[in-house]
Amino acid sequence: MLLIVCPWCGEREHSEFSCGGEGHIARPDPRTATDEEWADYLFMRQNPKGVHHERWFHVHGCRQWFHMARDTVTHEILAVYGIAEKPPALDGSGEGGR
Amino acid sequence: MKYSIFSLLRQARDHHRNWPQAWRSPEPKPSYDVVIIGGGGHGLATAYYLAKEHGIANVAVLEKGWLGGGNTGRNTTIVRSNYLWDESAHLYEKSLQLFEGLSADLNFNVMFSARGVINLAHNEHDLKELARRGHACRLNGIDYELVTPRQIKKIAPIVNISRNSRYPVLGGAMQRRAGNARHDAVAWGFARRADDRGVDIIQNCEVTGIDVADGRVTGVRTTKGPIKARKIGAAPAGHASVVGQMAGLRMPVESHCLQAMVSEPIKPVLDTVIMSNTVHVYIGQSDKGELVLGAGIDGFNSYSQRGGIDVIEHQLEGLCELYPIVRRLRVMRTWGGIVDICPDASPIVSKTPVEGFYMNCGWGTGGFKATPGSGWVFAHTIAQDRPHKLNEAFDLKRFETGSLIDEHGAAAVAH
Ligand SMILES: Cc1cc2nc3c(=O)[nH]c(=O)nc-3n(C[C@H](O)[C@H](O)[C@H](O)COP(=O)(O)OP(=O)(O)OC[C@H]3O[C@@H](n4cnc5c(N)ncnc54)[C@H](O)[C@@H]3O)c2cc1C
Ligand SMILES: [Zn+2]
Repeated sequence: MLLIVCPWCGEREHSEFSCGGEGHIARPDPRTATDEEWADYLFMRQNPKGVHHERWFHVHGCRQWFHMARDTVTHEILAVYGIAEKPPALDGSGEGGR
Repeated sequence: MKYSIFSLLRQARDHHRNWPQAWRSPEPKPSYDVVIIGGGGHGLATAYYLAKEHGIANVAVLEKGWLGGGNTGRNTTIVRSNYLWDESAHLYEKSLQLFEGLSADLNFNVMFSARGVINLAHNEHDLKELARRGHACRLNGIDYELVTPRQIKKIAPIVNISRNSRYPVLGGAMQRRAGNARHDAVAWGFARRADDRGVDIIQNCEVTGIDVADGRVTGVRTTKGPIKARKIGAAPAGHASVVGQMAGLRMPVESHCLQAMVSEPIKPVLDTVIMSNTVHVYIGQSDKGELVLGAGIDGFNSYSQRGGIDVIEHQLEGLCELYPIVRRLRVMRTWGGIVDICPDASPIVSKTPVEGFYMNCGWGTGGFKATPGSGWVFAHTIAQDRPHKLNEAFDLKRFETGSLIDEHGAAAVAH
């Protein structure tokens, strides 16, 4: 069980949230994108073994979206940041989001 | 050595002290015709069929851990072929047919038991969906018949078909030729037979890089040193993205933890497998007497073979309601495996933009049943440098063309 610090509600169990997958994916212009670029946008994912920047939704709470940087091997939450923000520099202390 | 009643008697006479090793543990050679990445069932089956069907035996299977230590040894072993879309139905049916003759072919008892698999319907929509799938299967020559609640109760008395149940059973559908097999035995059987034919099976050997020159693979780098290869076939399951990236490819795959569990062993109560799409619960009974229980995936990317307890709780709630007999049983063991989920819930068995590099992944929560079939078509794809008719549609290109094979709703709890 992950303990997630929602930017609005504070520390809650992860079962209150739903994960919206990889964050920071830029939508290409559909009028000019090639099939390959469009497929990349729709389907290809980094799926890293390590730090993943992902979107979360506090579905059973404030119903706000936000970003999280999380290690996919240890599940350690390295940072919680706003939905419109760029990924922060990670210091590796694991205290992100607190 | 051929396994038979006679070899068993001979070895028994010697107090089982002289059984030979089932396969060698050689050091890697400097180069191979084909290197397979991943010693799960799919990788081992590929090596076996490369040697058997295509006469290519200068092959190495490289496994970072131990054989079958990935999802092959962690799955709940449901084998069935009742898929909705023609492409999937044909591929999984090929695999089911190979399962039916596998013990004889491998001279290894994979304990395939055609005990049937039942899917329950809990609402009108489920009933219609099962009827539709039943018709689709019949058109593809695959057995899948509708059954009534009474018939289900007769086959499996532990199901609660009471009208007052939280999840009423309105009906179901059954594939009688479906069932279970012994997961480790499938890996070991393929390994032993591939080794017989000259394939080198190398455990504790992690592939850390793939060498590509002028758009063509030349070899792999491993924890046991570099190995040259004319062709490379990857069957790394949950590590598809990691291995794909080594060859410079982005994959349409996300890795999630999928959990399962067993109860303490009890007397035989269930001689079939029952799945429930809507409640997301399935149950079978192992030969040891444990009830084998499966859950859904955790909702976020993970490479940790440990899932959330909330998923198990949710699953057990449905289970207790549908099978009241389990309420006082204890859960003996839970575990997780990292499954490779594709956007359309269908696998990729395909050539790639890198010449000589082939990818077999995306089997997600349901690839054990496909082990022999997947190896069979992947061996063909590697040997001939083009897909077999059965896996043509499972190409990596489908994500560009849009010809997805959407089995999300159609898969019976996806396993
Ligand atoms: C809990 C659970 C229940 C399931 N239930 C069912 C079911 O009932 N029916 C069904 O059909 N399917 C089921 N599945 C799915 C099924 O287990 C898989 O689809 C199938 O076993 C995949 O086989 P594989 O050989 O491709 O993968 P694996 O057995 O995972 O093999 C891949 C291997 O590649 C190795 N590897 C990865 N990276 C490297 C590297 N860089 N170098 C060397 N080796 C590497 C791994 O160590 C691993 O051994 C279930 C899965 C889970 C986790
Ligand atoms: Zn909140």
